[in-house]
Amino acid sequence: MATIVVHVMPKPDLLDPQGKAVRAALDRLGFTGVTDVRQGKRFELTVEGEVTDEVLARVKEAAETLLSNPVIEDVVAVEKAERCGGGGRGRGGRGRCCEGQES
Amino acid sequence: MTRIGVVTFPGSLDDRDAARAIGIAGADAVELWHGDADLRGVDAVMLPGGFSYGDYLRAGAISRFAPVMGPIVEAANAGMPVLGVCNGFQILCESHLLPGAMIRNVHLHFVCRDQELTVENAETAWTREFEKGQRIVIPIKNQDGQYMADDHTLDEIEAEGRVVFRYAGVNPNGSARDIAGVTNAAGNVVGLMPHPEHAVEPGFGPDSAEGGRTGTDGLGFFRSVLETLLAKA
Repeated sequence: MATIVVHVMPKPDLLDPQGKAVRAALDRLGFTGVTDVRQGKRFELTVEGEVTDEVLARVKEAAETLLSNPVIEDVVAVEKAERCGGGGRGRGGRGRCCEGQES
Repeated sequence: MTRIGVVTFPGSLDDRDAARAIGIAGADAVELWHGDADLRGVDAVMLPGGFSYGDYLRAGAISRFAPVMGPIVEAANAGMPVLGVCNGFQILCESHLLPGAMIRNVHLHFVCRDQELTVENAETAWTREFEKGQRIVIPIKNQDGQYMADDHTLDEIEAEGRVVFRYAGVNPNGSARDIAGVTNAAGNVVGLMPHPEHAVEPGFGPDSAEGGRTGTDGLGFFRSVLETLLAKA
């Protein structure tokens, strides 16, 4: 079993109302100096077997079909998450466990 | 009698109001189930408002792949009148039957109000009872109602007369170019965020010049499609 991580972001030229609200809230809480926030989505897909180029291509297709809407969002990365140490559930739950494989 | 199907998805809210509106307009409302790839011989289809699949992922994104959507997309491409209201509009955009997409309202608040609209195109299957430039008032209630498309697409649909309704007075959700509803190239598929099915019966509609809650401007949508179907028959 392996995990593939898909990152989806609102298109750069599109207004992101949620990101804007988060930025304003950061300001109110004293986390100053943040000039912009954009809010995207991260999906973790656990798949059977090895993560081959074919599997990655298939997940990329799924990302463009269902996980994102190309009118408003971009699939910015589809990458294999490396198993985290410590014998946990093996989910690449933190970015540091991911081995970048930009597509 | 003309049969108009109303699809119920898990999380649809306005399917019964839609069916009632269809009945008041003088047609038979036929219940369609999201899980059945069967249109039960209807002459037209309405996708009602609500929060299908809890708006998970994106509003309309999961419903778009429901079994019933296969025959709906096929029938729509063959000319069957299809109306999507609110969540139904979002589903039609996700299905690529209509251009653009909806994102969170610009002010992030849920909006619920009586909304004035300008009719921009009175030649679609669902708007022929109206006149171009006519002002109508029907309720709007949404959270993800900000209509968006890239400038090229917006220019294209404007040039082709495919903007069917524009918000008048107030733009309630930040929609691009005040767009409240659009149609496909053939004019048989129409989607809009405001709710015609909530303005069909005196006593329960928006306020109008005649008095409180007397507005029935929503009836024009259903009368339009009846006329369209009669003209085709």
